[in-house]
Amino acid sequence: MNTTAQKHATNAATYIADEQRTNWHDETLWFVRHKRDLAATKVPEWEALRNTASNIKEHTLSNLDLYLAEFEKNALQNGIIVHWAPDAAAHNQIVHSIIKEAGIKQIVKSKSMLTEECHLNEYLIQNGIEVVDTDLGERIVQFRKEIPSHIVLPAIHLKKEDVSDTFHQHLGTEKDNNDPQYLTSAARVHLRNKFIESSLAITGVNFAIAETGGFVVCTNEGNADMGTHSANIHIACMGIEKIIPQQKHLGVFTRLLARSATGQAITTYTSHFHRPQKNKAIHVVIVDNGRSTQLGRKDFRNSLKCIRCGACSNTCPVFRRSGGHSYHIAVAGPIGSILAPNIDMKRYADLPFASSLCGSCSNVCPVKIDIHDQLWKWRQELMKQGYSNWYKKLMMQSMAFVLSKPKLYRFTGKTARIFLRTVPFLFQSKSLNPWYKNREFPAAPKQSFTEWYKQNKK
Amino acid sequence: MKVGLFIPCYIDQFYPQVGIATLQILEKNGCEVVFPLNQTCCGQPMANSGFNHLSNGCNENFTENFVGVDYIVCPSGSCTLHIKDHLTSAKNPEQAVIIRKQVYELTEFLVDVLHLTKISSRFPYRVGFHSSCHGQRGLHLSSMSEQMLPHFSKPELLLNTIEGITVLKPERVDECCGFGGTFSIFEEAVSSKMGKDRIHQHAQNSVDYITGVDMSCLMHMEGILKRQNSSIKVIHIAEILNAG
Repeated sequence: MNTTAQKHATNAATYIADEQRTNWHDETLWFVRHKRDLAATKVPEWEALRNTASNIKEHTLSNLDLYLAEFEKNALQNGIIVHWAPDAAAHNQIVHSIIKEAGIKQIVKSKSMLTEECHLNEYLIQNGIEVVDTDLGERIVQFRKEIPSHIVLPAIHLKKEDVSDTFHQHLGTEKDNNDPQYLTSAARVHLRNKFIESSLAITGVNFAIAETGGFVVCTNEGNADMGTHSANIHIACMGIEKIIPQQKHLGVFTRLLARSATGQAITTYTSHFHRPQKNKAIHVVIVDNGRSTQLGRKDFRNSLKCIRCGACSNTCPVFRRSGGHSYHIAVAGPIGSILAPNIDMKRYADLPFASSLCGSCSNVCPVKIDIHDQLWKWRQELMKQGYSNWYKKLMMQSMAFVLSKPKLYRFTGKTARIFLRTVPFLFQSKSLNPWYKNREFPAAPKQSFTEWYKQNKK
Repeated sequence: MKVGLFIPCYIDQFYPQVGIATLQILEKNGCEVVFPLNQTCCGQPMANSGFNHLSNGCNENFTENFVGVDYIVCPSGSCTLHIKDHLTSAKNPEQAVIIRKQVYELTEFLVDVLHLTKISSRFPYRVGFHSSCHGQRGLHLSSMSEQMLPHFSKPELLLNTIEGITVLKPERVDECCGFGGTFSIFEEAVSSKMGKDRIHQHAQNSVDYITGVDMSCLMHMEGILKRQNSSIKVIHIAEILNAG
């Protein structure tokens, strides 16, 4: 079953083979979900706040062209340089050209899922630029040449022992010293030097405000601020959906973001950028990269409301057990599974199926994206487009045929029950029958309900 | 009040006792129950696998079978939700719309339509309540742990009136068991692991039984329990409500 259409399932099976690690990952993220619940409980108007946020985003997406133009106008007036990138390649080229023009060889970058999506690091490294991710988790996965496994907790798949090994290899820390204090101190010294050495800093954007032409970057480590304060050039990269209309709307989102993400009342640093300091420059790169296509898909447009809090991953019973890397994309988890097929249906055809459709994701989403309904709708879209395995299609066609014919259904059901009772070994192959691998079959009764009814009630 | 009894295919074939219990509860409470004999499946297995376009045959068959009743009642939140959300018919589109409004999950019907507040039944066991996702988050049979809204639960309201019963909830009150229809086959590893974890939390409460409104979740957990040679049994809520 090791095909593209089953990639998540295969990756997940590999991950779960280490049951202890799976339990640890599950419990760690469940703890974050629990913290989110506690934080949300303390806000009496929590559900109203989610509604408001969802409505603001709905309105913004319906008027995105106007708000983007308004943002550009105001940002330009503030002295910010604005760039437009239709896709990832254009985004990477724009960023590189700014770096090249300034004659810089080494840059720092704070957390930005957009730059992960665009594979900016690889592009810049290929062009001879040293890129240092300054978010601690991002730096750890960067050392390990991995992609982040979670939107807000990029190294959540790693234990402190793993981090110790990585730092020993890359930063020369003592072997097997797993003390978190010791390890973070080593990272701190390492990153401080990088901040000082770099005169250009890249950040993401959490919210861009059309009314003011300013934008907001939220971090817990202050690394975006460390980077931008010591650099002469600040490049902020944002997707077109990061716009909100007015400054007064910001509070709705900052109240929801950190509570949903980690259960904090607010991120430690919520930094507002409006204009460059004297003799310094701010560039904003506004990226489409498939978003306007998604905006045009009626069933999927409101996935663009996402504020990247990661709450859907924390609550997802599949994500907690399969690990973020099983999704083979940087924006993983339930939200990733409805965003990814928009970019490449063939490559990510497996992701909308990496869900039991339990619906918990939609319930925690601070902007009320109907994630599980969209997973269902993507499944329809992908199968109609032919991104299925032959055996799955055959299985479904056979089922649909039998189940639409009452007599054939009753005959097949009776036959199956007889076989299960008399020759159960036919079904008992752990390699051929996925159900039987970890589960027994239900007892096969001699009489179906229909047969009982005919005998007793008719 | 004429009630059409909708028995999901896997209950018909593997758990006839759940169908019988459902029928008897409805009759005990004054409903005239008809069971359309040519019903098969609601089409959900195909639809949730991305092949909703192949379920037209099931849809037409369902629409033809459930005509001339006041309500349609089903001992499964998941199958009820599927009909409510997705039933269409090219031959008889109006009837499909009517059916989508008429269909109720069993406990929802008992509480919201028959307005029952007490069930006279006796079940002197420790019973773990499994909150099935489609009934809970889809049909809103109960409040949900993710939402900051007042607590309620239609199935537990009924269960708690049963004589002798001790209803126990797992620490994670409404986490999915991992069945998910064909998810249990195509994502076997995650599905089984989720089921094992659910069972583990119920076992910590030393339950005799695990119950719920969806036999499919229970079938999945039963499969794992049997493999583990566990003494915990599964039982559909209808069987407890009809225990006598």
